[in-house]
Amino acid sequence: MAVYLDHAATSPMPDEVLAAYTDALRLVGNPSSIHGAGQAARELLETGREELARALDADPVEVVLTSGGTESINLAVKGMFWAARAQDPRRSRVLVPRGEHHATLDAVEWLARHEGAQLEWIELDAEGRIRLDALDSALAAASGEVALVTALWANNEVGTLQPVAELVALAHAHGVPVHLDAVSAFGQVPVRVHEVEADAVSVSAHKVGGPVGVGALVLARTATVEPLLHGGDQQRGRSGTQDAAGAAAFAVAASRAVAEVPLTRVAALRDRLVAGVLATVDGAVLRGAPGEGRLPGNAHFTFAGADGDALLYLLDASGIAVSTGSACQAGVPELSHVLIAMGVPEPEARGALRITLGHDSGDADVDAFLAALPAAVAGARAAASAS
Amino acid sequence: MKILAAMSGGVDSAVAAARAVEAGHEVVGVHLALSRMPGTLRTGSRGCCTVEDSMDARRAAAKLGIPFYVWDFSERFREDVVDDFVAEYAAGRTPNPCMRCNERIKFAALLDKALALGFDAVVTGHYAEVRLGADGVELHRAAAWAKDQSYVLGVLTAAQLAHAWFPLGATPSKAEVRAEAEARGLSVAAKPDSHDICFIPDGDTRGWLAERVGAEEGAILDRSGDRIGTHPGAAAFTVGQRKGLNIGYPAPDGKPRFVLEVRPVTNEVVVGPREALAIAELAGARYSWAGAAPADADAGFACEVQVRAHADPVPATARLEAGELVIRVDEPIEGVAPGQTAVVYVGTRVVGQCTIDRTVSAVPVPA
Repeated sequence: MAVYLDHAATSPMPDEVLAAYTDALRLVGNPSSIHGAGQAARELLETGREELARALDADPVEVVLTSGGTESINLAVKGMFWAARAQDPRRSRVLVPRGEHHATLDAVEWLARHEGAQLEWIELDAEGRIRLDALDSALAAASGEVALVTALWANNEVGTLQPVAELVALAHAHGVPVHLDAVSAFGQVPVRVHEVEADAVSVSAHKVGGPVGVGALVLARTATVEPLLHGGDQQRGRSGTQDAAGAAAFAVAASRAVAEVPLTRVAALRDRLVAGVLATVDGAVLRGAPGEGRLPGNAHFTFAGADGDALLYLLDASGIAVSTGSACQAGVPELSHVLIAMGVPEPEARGALRITLGHDSGDADVDAFLAALPAAVAGARAAASAS
Repeated sequence: MKILAAMSGGVDSAVAAARAVEAGHEVVGVHLALSRMPGTLRTGSRGCCTVEDSMDARRAAAKLGIPFYVWDFSERFREDVVDDFVAEYAAGRTPNPCMRCNERIKFAALLDKALALGFDAVVTGHYAEVRLGADGVELHRAAAWAKDQSYVLGVLTAAQLAHAWFPLGATPSKAEVRAEAEARGLSVAAKPDSHDICFIPDGDTRGWLAERVGAEEGAILDRSGDRIGTHPGAAAFTVGQRKGLNIGYPAPDGKPRFVLEVRPVTNEVVVGPREALAIAELAGARYSWAGAAPADADAGFACEVQVRAHADPVPATARLEAGELVIRVDEPIEGVAPGQTAVVYVGTRVVGQCTIDRTVSAVPVPA
């Protein structure tokens, strides 16, 4: 039987979300049309937007629907950079922690190459947490020149929760807006935009059981972005026909996921998995923050001396779907920049494994994983020393 | 058997994998990521490391219903093949990177990993045959002589051949392989063959080397050691080369000049008439046997030797002498440069090979 422990890659769509999605897909009408069909679609869209806003502690007018996490992050990072620089040409610095998701890394590097942005990398501690003292110094050194701070709400690989409220307060004290990438945090921990006073927050539907290709950028009323996509001006900062069915499905998935927070059942399963791995595999090291300091569904290990490709192959051959957690180029897992930023030595970073549990995970999944892992690690270590 | 099929994204490896599946084996497809910076798309017929090739391999594996993975060998490939290629050229030799890749990546790093993971053999789309003879495994030329790749596999040892399977070896032609791919619904059926060196996607080997080896002007000498011209960097030259010398005036006899020797240490290129390219003997200390060692290796045995992937084999005698495999050709041959591999055949069978360290000219230097 297949064991799916890669919810952070994408989470299976619950039946009620699927039903809401397929029902909505039957509805004819462009939400921007004036006729009755258009109005029906608009009603579905705006109801979804309201429900999403509630799930995110935001106002409906602040919810910009997008094609997913990557677009949301690009809109926030590039759009806020352009808007800040337009207001004040001195604001060309972007403060960004090491260990961000590639959607952020590649967006800020693009800004550096093409728009003259100066990037300041903020160090992480050994558990993958942003060092607020380093952020503070960077802000203090040049606050009049900083366009924005962008950071993960929780690290997508090692699961470490970031001190987002403190981070936002720190940046705001220097008059700098903040974008938070909550793609992996949403549905796992409370993502309350007003409460943390973030200027922009990115989320994605398929990470909480919604459809792929749907996401949102929560953009505070006071925040401004230059759009990425130009066209019919359907939303604030974004053009393109709005996806009513996607919004409806995302809303159901989000409400359902948020209602389950705190994920005490999932966290307990995860804790059992972590304890089992540490007890049965020599040299296994849990990476990221322990216990409450990390996403409840996330476990992340390194197995020194193991070959990552072989480890994934052996687990997959045993019917277990997990990931290395790091980005892929042409399907090849890269050495994790997050682990490197945390100071993990390269040989240990090679044998990394991310296990992420979700709403449909159960004891049987954990048992199957724990049963298969020791032999897989042994095989991956043999493969590493053979080749 | 449990088989690991190395799938490049080309038609040959796809059909080889298909045959392994059809023979009833448990097959897993693997594409080797050999570059960390794959070009986005294939251009023309070149390259084997692009995103497109990886995708083609994945689609073929899906069609065959086998699991598929991309395994990262980019570091090993860079060290053992690319860096070796550059170092060999820098040392004035002419390496064959495909051979190095077979020797150190496909049938070493990959094969060792496969065996450690419980596989019995690695399957590739090479045109060659592994047979079981009286003394164990033997490597033979492919039935499709025009496509025969036994030369680039000549470096494999008995231990490696014991776990290698080339299902296309007995197929009489590439056309047949393409037709089979078409019939199996593999999208790569009409994909062009790959040529040239996969890590030099634009095919400009000289320019690529110049960037890495560095180029300083040096002397072009004639066979008696007189300076007759200037070259832009010795490392970019290869023995037998005629073009690109730009000496500017003809040889006294009016005949074209050819590169006879490259001396990287002194940054000198020696040129001379075509006759002087004729080689009577070649030898190398880095030799191996593709199966059991020949019983008469010390006494010497009649064979044929092939010095390039697409060269004709020529009659010769091979013997082990003072730690070297020494090959004396019956008639002088051209186009032999240190660094090339001499593969020794008896009939269709590959007996062994050596990397050529030195050659003995058939024509003495005129006094």
